[in-house]
Amino acid sequence: MNAAAAPLRMDASHGRAQLQVALVGNPNCGKTALFNLLTGTRQKVANYAGVTIERKEGHYTAPSGRSVRVLDLPGAYSLAATSPDEAITRDVVMGQHMQEAVPDLIVCVADATNLRLHLRFVLEIAQLGRPMLLALNMMDAARRRGIRIDTASLSQMLGMPVVETVAVRHGGANALIERMDSTQPSPLAPRPSSLAALPDLHAEVRAILAATVSIPRRTAAVDDAIDRIVLHPVFGLAILAVVMFLIFQAVFSWATPLHDGIADGIQAAGNWIGDTLPAGALRSLLVDGVFAGLGTVLAFLPQILILFLFILCLEESGYLPRAAFLLDRMMLSAGLTGRSFIPLLSSFACAIPGIMATRSIPDPRDRLTTILIAPLMTCSARLPVYALLIAAFIPQRTVLGVFNLQGIVLFTLYVAGIVSALAVAWVIKRLRRDQSEHALMMELPSYRMPHPRDIAIGLYERGMIFVKRVGGVILALTVLLWFLSSFPAPPAGASEPAIHYSLAGMIGRALHAIFSPLGFNWQICIALVPGLAAREVAVSSLATVYALAGEGADSGLQAVVASQWSLATALSLLAWYVFAPMCISTLATVKRETGSMRNVVVLAGYLFGLAYIASLATYQIAKAIGA
Amino acid sequence: MLLSELAMGASATVLEVNDNGPGDRIAQRLRDLGFVTGEPVRLVARGPLGADPLLVQIGYTRFALRRAEAARVTITTEAAA
Ligand SMILES: Nc1nc2c(ncn2[C@@H]2O[C@H](COP(=O)(O)OP(=O)(O)O)[C@@H](O)[C@H]2O)c(=O)[nH]1
Repeated sequence: MNAAAAPLRMDASHGRAQLQVALVGNPNCGKTALFNLLTGTRQKVANYAGVTIERKEGHYTAPSGRSVRVLDLPGAYSLAATSPDEAITRDVVMGQHMQEAVPDLIVCVADATNLRLHLRFVLEIAQLGRPMLLALNMMDAARRRGIRIDTASLSQMLGMPVVETVAVRHGGANALIERMDSTQPSPLAPRPSSLAALPDLHAEVRAILAATVSIPRRTAAVDDAIDRIVLHPVFGLAILAVVMFLIFQAVFSWATPLHDGIADGIQAAGNWIGDTLPAGALRSLLVDGVFAGLGTVLAFLPQILILFLFILCLEESGYLPRAAFLLDRMMLSAGLTGRSFIPLLSSFACAIPGIMATRSIPDPRDRLTTILIAPLMTCSARLPVYALLIAAFIPQRTVLGVFNLQGIVLFTLYVAGIVSALAVAWVIKRLRRDQSEHALMMELPSYRMPHPRDIAIGLYERGMIFVKRVGGVILALTVLLWFLSSFPAPPAGASEPAIHYSLAGMIGRALHAIFSPLGFNWQICIALVPGLAAREVAVSSLATVYALAGEGADSGLQAVVASQWSLATALSLLAWYVFAPMCISTLATVKRETGSMRNVVVLAGYLFGLAYIASLATYQIAKAIGA
Repeated sequence: MLLSELAMGASATVLEVNDNGPGDRIAQRLRDLGFVTGEPVRLVARGPLGADPLLVQIGYTRFALRRAEAARVTITTEAAA
């Protein structure tokens, strides 16, 4: 196709021809950094239709006034795609994608320090014969390592323009911008005939490198030195443990004050607005529905942002694949991959950021398994429930001289979650239709200093995805639950708390028939309904059901529970919360991250089934032995 | 000799990548990544558990390969770089 003659699209706003550019390149070539440098915050992140692969597009205005739209295609090693991401890249550059127009110009980005690998892909795309341009990125790193590239003869041998870029430097893409601005995209120039005689692309790469590039040594000395320690069987694991501990601490404890602060702040704002309104349904809707929902959504943000701050830094610096390398074997025995570890670890704080972090897992099967077992990691929202029941029922006693019985119970609950997660992962692996080998084949890139702008843009994206796409669902469902808990209003002279007469109360009492074999009384069943919004809400709902409110509700509740419930009931509820399918925020995130309602149903269904069986067994056994 | 049998720190030259059954995408990918005849490789690290995965230096790049993946690559240590 001769694209120089192809009609150029008109930019509606300026009436000038608009240029459509697609960025392609191997993973780790610095494509994201280049995209950020070109488009800054003028980016739009969406999904490709029908799949959950991120589609990133941005635009900028060139010096000539022409508007340039840039599509950042997923990183790929080859057009022989082995993952859904790579298939998107293949389809777009080959002009076979259903929704995506053929780009006017393909900008191939290559890491100048890793041309042996990256040039092969450049040549593979060049075979398509479309107008293209090579951006030799990381030229700063190449110069530091003494790599010299004769760009003029490289350009001549490739038959396409070659520009140098440094994607992490201000103005580092100017040569690229000018080049695209000053010339129309044109088809490839004829290449030296000596290259055509070579048997394959690898041979061509070798010939081109021999003629145009001089490289003093194979790898960067720093990389070798760092890897000797970081990948060491003993020191490497020790460093990994420290890094993991830091992340866990940060997400678990640093985020908590922020979490509470935001929740309290939103509640105060709700109360303040509520005070200006007359008591009644509207005020209750605003305070207990809308503001409570808003509080739930925003309170997740600190955890998500803190976790992703770490993950983005680890990813950008090149450490994340090293962590996956160290842990791969261990995770593989559970049917997972080394890349599953950090999402699962994060899920101990909260499954939502954990599930969002699974995006770094390339194999879709591994990713789905990780998502499905993430809710089994004991998240911090279960702690209030555990704390209430353990304090009420498990005596403060020392076992074997050193251990605290309450601590042992809590530890057992954590272990129960992990063991069931491993079992579920194992079962999923057996049940899967596609039993073909899962590949690792993971590149360990050079260590790089993360760039603050790229981290900031990445954090902003994660935050917006959560607030916009997941937040709406959580808010809507919280309002729905408020409605269920508030209507119909109690009759005049009611003796029970208001929630007893509401739809939630009716549902709870109806559920009692299903849950009585587990030892749940009707108060628990009612509290489970609003507890859908977030697990910790179940505790405050229980207080509401027992008509306890205000200061001292927590200690009051503990006394009521201790005197009115049997130990068997308490143990059964603890077992229930190990699986606890009832967290709509998690379900909304799974819907958003996998794009499939089926996965949500599978997840909720299996968690509910496991919770029911575990509670049933716990209650019946406990009762049989006289608890 | 197979790449999975290479000693720690040793260098070798790739002979070929063998398909494990028809249309083996892992083998195809290994070839795309540069595991082709005559290419020098070196084993630079091994995972802490069961010496798996293997970290293989090829060209200017390091790839982590599981043992089953590395076993698709036949190598020779003669005249290794
Ligand atoms: N020194 C240097 N580092 C770069 C350059 N471009 C990108 N990087 C860094 O290389 C790493 C990988 O870049 P990224 O854009 O995430 O790669 P992608 O996988 O192609 O999207 C990041 O740490 C970047 O900050 C460059 O031109 N010079």
